Amino acid sequence: MSATVLSRVSIPAHAAGQAGRTARRRRYMTEAVAVGFGMLMVVWTILPLYNMVMVSLESHSDVFTDAVWPPHPSVASFWIVVTEGYWYLEYFWHQFGNSLYVGAAVTFLTLLIGTLASFSIGRMRIRYGWLVSNAALLTYVIPASFLAIPFYRIMQTYGLSNNLWSVIAAEVTFATPYGIFIFSQYGRSIPIELDESARIDGATPIQIYFRIYLPMMAPALVAVGTYALLLAWNEYLYQFLLLSSKRSMTVPVALAQFLNSDEAPWNYMMATAIVYALPPLAIYYAFRGRMTAGLTMGGVKG
Amino acid sequence: MASASVLEFAPHAASQASLWRHLRGSLKGSEYTWAIAFIVPYVAVFVTFVVYPACYGLWMGSSPALYTSLFADPIYQDTAVNTLLFLGIAVNLKMFCALLMSGFFMRRGWWVKVLLMIYVLPWAVPALPTFISIHWMLNGDWGLINNIFYHVFQEDGPSWLNGRWLALGSAIYSHIWKWMPFWTVILLAGRMAIPQDLYDAAKVDGASGWRQFVHINFPLLANLYLICTLLSTIFTLGDFNSIYFVTGGGPANMTHVLATLGIRDAFELAQPRLGVAAVMSALPLMIPLVIILMRKLRTAEVQL
Repeated sequence: MSATVLSRVSIPAHAAGQAGRTARRRRYMTEAVAVGFGMLMVVWTILPLYNMVMVSLESHSDVFTDAVWPPHPSVASFWIVVTEGYWYLEYFWHQFGNSLYVGAAVTFLTLLIGTLASFSIGRMRIRYGWLVSNAALLTYVIPASFLAIPFYRIMQTYGLSNNLWSVIAAEVTFATPYGIFIFSQYGRSIPIELDESARIDGATPIQIYFRIYLPMMAPALVAVGTYALLLAWNEYLYQFLLLSSKRSMTVPVALAQFLNSDEAPWNYMMATAIVYALPPLAIYYAFRGRMTAGLTMGGVKG
Repeated sequence: MASASVLEFAPHAASQASLWRHLRGSLKGSEYTWAIAFIVPYVAVFVTFVVYPACYGLWMGSSPALYTSLFADPIYQDTAVNTLLFLGIAVNLKMFCALLMSGFFMRRGWWVKVLLMIYVLPWAVPALPTFISIHWMLNGDWGLINNIFYHVFQEDGPSWLNGRWLALGSAIYSHIWKWMPFWTVILLAGRMAIPQDLYDAAKVDGASGWRQFVHINFPLLANLYLICTLLSTIFTLGDFNSIYFVTGGGPANMTHVLATLGIRDAFELAQPRLGVAAVMSALPLMIPLVIILMRKLRTAEVQL
């Protein structure tokens, strides 16, 4: 009797142990496959970036070898960039300043124009405001590069060619629609009763905008501000077309200038590229959470 | 007499007053002025920098003669084929891989989070430096790829940028490398928004991973995936950098897409009208996409 009970119990227990072991083994297997896949992915992601760092650490003669690792790594190229020690780089810090100036102006104007428009549309419910939000949406889905040629001609007739403000105008034009999109989506989560009670207390629209709307919109302001800043810093085509003199150029235009020379100094170029890429990288990782939240709030744009 | 004039005047005054009331809605007079003042800056930006250039562009590209010379140009014919290939392959491959990758990043564990931080690097770094880096990396003589190839196989690799198809493939590779992380993050957010209960219920019912995908993930992600694909198609159509810096349209102008050909015609050949015409020839593809997207995005907050 007891033997049969034991056998009855022990058989399922034994089978369960075996099943658990195979399940665990399968889990290890999938985990191992996942790790292997992850490593492949890291190689895929890092390769062009590794190439950038590798070339920037090489000397000019080492660039033209079959090395896959810098044979004599040195930061000499970075020193050349920082001290403007090459004729393509003679205005590097001035150009860096231009990029910062454009970035700051685009961020400020995008936030200002975007919040004012969304306040008028979403909070004050101006009649036919939907027309304006549709106009913004339309701008958002038109590729900027398709408007580049007429835009260039128009800037010439406005007398703004080779002027940083023409670039600022272009980039505000293409960053603000995203801002309006995000602001009006985020604004829906702020109760309209706040505005109404302030109105009853006699607050003017401008007071409501500054005292209630802007503070409540802070997270969306960070998301859109980061977006606008990165767009202005990273954009190339309009800056290339609109800025031509060395003193008015921004960093990306100056960087692409290197390609014009017959035997490009690739190590200086890659060092410049890294110095140029570091600020947006830092900003990106600092505001990553907010940016991702902004993207998934409804707007999606590269 | 007096009453008649009142009768005569009243409808006119009333209609003006009602139009005024209609326009300002529930806003008081001074508030309406503010509302107008707040919206004017954006309207001004839109009219000056979108409507005016767009109309100017339409006017520049309005002559039919432009299109006969454009379509007869063999470079343009190559470009049209390249653009369609670039769109068809780059967009679909990128979105499909992004969908798979977003599934991978749903895994738990600290190392997956670290991996995600590394994985988004291509998107976080500006496009220009990385495309220039890829351009040099694919150099047939001294590029990193062929150096590795040589060390592994003791043989010279192909010259990636010297033939039309390899060069176009390289540009597609660069585009996917740059933009896949972005769409992965979007689709990952879409997956995260699916309530965990659904997976739990499916597990109780004994659904396998594949059946979970077919019955839960796919129906709930389908709309997002569609919007992302359409949006990505438009953005890819306007992608200038990944062609311009990786292949430069070369060799022998065989790898241009419409975005780069327009700029080339306008600024290298100094024929802006031809450049506009090249860009405008994408309108039959673009207009339906824009219309569908506008409809989808207007209601997007419900789905996303």
